Amino acid sequence: MPRRTMIEAIRDAMDVSMERDDKVVVFGEDVGFFGGVFRVTHGLQAKYGKSRCFDAPINESGIVGSAIGMAAYGLKPCVEIQFADYMYPAYDQLTQEAARLRYRSNGDFTCPIVVRMPTGGGIFGGQTHSQSPEALFTHVSGLKTVVPSNPHDAKGLLIAAIEDPDPVIFLEPKRLYNGPFDGHHDRPVTPWSKHQLGEVADGHYTVPLGKAAIRRAGGAVTVLAYGTMVYVAQAAAEETGIDAEIIDLRTLLPLDLDTIVASVKKTGRCVVVHEATLTSGFGAELSALVQENCFYHLEAPVARVAGWDTPYPHAQEWEYFPGPARVGRALLETMEA
Amino acid sequence: MADAGMLRFHVPEPEVRPGGTPDFSNVTIAEAGSVPRPDIDVDPRIIRDMAFSIIRVLNRNGEAVGPWAGLLSSEELLEGLRNMMTLRTFDARMQMAQRQGKTSFYMQHLGEEAVSCAFRKALSPGDMNFPTYRQAGLLIADGYPMVTMMNQIYSNEADPLKGRQLPIMYSSKEHGFFSISGNLATQYIQAVGWAMASAISNDSRIAAAWIGDGSTAESDFHSALVFASTYKAPVVLNVVNNQWAISTFQGIARGGSGTFAARGLGFGIPSLRVDGNDYLAVHAVAKWAATRARENLGPTLVEYVTYRAGAHSSSDDPSAYRPKTESDAWPLGDPIVRLKNHLIKLGVWSNERHAQAEAEILDTVIAAQKEAESHGTLHAGGKPSTREMFEGVFAEMPPHLRRQRQQAGV
Repeated sequence: MPRRTMIEAIRDAMDVSMERDDKVVVFGEDVGFFGGVFRVTHGLQAKYGKSRCFDAPINESGIVGSAIGMAAYGLKPCVEIQFADYMYPAYDQLTQEAARLRYRSNGDFTCPIVVRMPTGGGIFGGQTHSQSPEALFTHVSGLKTVVPSNPHDAKGLLIAAIEDPDPVIFLEPKRLYNGPFDGHHDRPVTPWSKHQLGEVADGHYTVPLGKAAIRRAGGAVTVLAYGTMVYVAQAAAEETGIDAEIIDLRTLLPLDLDTIVASVKKTGRCVVVHEATLTSGFGAELSALVQENCFYHLEAPVARVAGWDTPYPHAQEWEYFPGPARVGRALLETMEA
Repeated sequence: MADAGMLRFHVPEPEVRPGGTPDFSNVTIAEAGSVPRPDIDVDPRIIRDMAFSIIRVLNRNGEAVGPWAGLLSSEELLEGLRNMMTLRTFDARMQMAQRQGKTSFYMQHLGEEAVSCAFRKALSPGDMNFPTYRQAGLLIADGYPMVTMMNQIYSNEADPLKGRQLPIMYSSKEHGFFSISGNLATQYIQAVGWAMASAISNDSRIAAAWIGDGSTAESDFHSALVFASTYKAPVVLNVVNNQWAISTFQGIARGGSGTFAARGLGFGIPSLRVDGNDYLAVHAVAKWAATRARENLGPTLVEYVTYRAGAHSSSDDPSAYRPKTESDAWPLGDPIVRLKNHLIKLGVWSNERHAQAEAEILDTVIAAQKEAESHGTLHAGGKPSTREMFEGVFAEMPPHLRRQRQQAGV
């Protein structure tokens, strides 16, 4: 099976979708002729023409707002916000319009759009190239929120998102674009070509939304993670020697609660890990759900390892980013509690 | 030079406040028939002046004059009059229903009936409007059932939106009326997107975007103009300037620019200004702009100069911020009276027939109201199922919503 980077896998997902359905259109800033600042849409305009893949003005509200109008017409726009940090001007359109259109019109109009946005830190991106705003989407009824962690999932989840009848926020951890990253910034990064999850089948396949994947089976503690933190958690488990069961959530909403609850009932312990800031982050929802559903099975408080409650700094990148040492400490403390 | 170094802050104020005498002497109004009618493929640069004038057809004597006249038959004009009268009567009944506690909220169109009623007749089947909350004339003029509108206003068991939406936030894909949102200006860029999609699909349908004077200050107004200009989208960009955004006079949104139509010029969009209380002028300009869009000549911006004669909404008291008699002083008059006088001048209408039509329309509206109320009002009678509260958030109900629906006991 061919191995692809996450960039190639996401591009392939759009290629496959555009080939199969001429209602799929792709646009955003620098997305057309140039093929995107991360090369994710490279070649799509040449292959499908400017009516299907085109450059947009620098106006996030305009990109999302026009996509909503296109979806109301009957197209399936898959648009890009260059960095998740720059989605805020589109937040009104995403939360009040895309998310609510089916509900408020009782299905008279629907909004099958996908909004792709590179997310996450670990790249010296500073304050506005590193944010993880997923909690701002999971809090909005009517939106689905997806965060893939590897090329195989990225392609299958994106095709599923494009085919989904509702708006999907598709957050792409840019730190994982070229290879997995476990937080050990002092070591060379291995490319996806050396990783099994870099195997991406040709043609059409989907990974269903709302289904988590167990990346490492274990019996001692459950780790709930997504995106880059899946690899950080794996490194932390190996380095501490703790028999952790690592769940890659893949879709934050709808959430695969069954997989989470089954695991925590088995292990009796749970550590939640995300890059985003701690307070009111998605980890708070995960922690509350575990507490509500697994209270009598819990042998320790649910721990959260997250970004600090500060804007994402530049020079202090590795003191901010929740690396394997911090996650490992939380695993040890949870086992001792 | 004496003041050099000390800046002074500028906040625009309307000419007159409550207690003052209404004064529109600053409103420059072109003579009916005086503004030329350019070819639809005109270079926008040549017609820049039109963004500062006012296209008018009906003169003081009720005659249709000039190059924008002559598009509508007497039958079409009579239908237009009936639609405007229906909307006004509908408004009055629903405003009263709100005062009687049968619904929580209502917004009237008083004085602005010509804008949406005449515009609707310039569109073709399949075209899509992206309206604000003050274009119900689009529905009335397209024959959308009044009972259904009332069911929505009453949030009753027959409400097509299942009680989920505030009154008057209608939705009808079938009638080319996009779902209304409470968030101002969001629909303006969505209309452009819809139009882009029609062009991408090599369709022949066009979109119409709607916004009020106050909401042009929202950033989505700018987004829409940029996108419409960049992609030459087949869209008519309507600005209804009724002088007021709740309590805020139009000068706060307009600032130093001459007119709202002039906003389009910087985007290279042909921009016209029209007498919004002149049914014939509104229709003629709408037709011109719609034809431009349909012939792939791109967007047109149209400012309708009118006056919000009623309160902003059933929750508003305009006497707190403007003279009570200001609407009487409005120099462009009343759209229904003006069309009525024109039809009398044409010899196809009379005061007697008008009075008779008023009575007939009132009967029709009351009959619709009775039927709607048989399905319930907000606090009495049939209401939408509580289960409906959980439906339609997504195409398929996800597990967490199913659990919450069970918790709610439905």
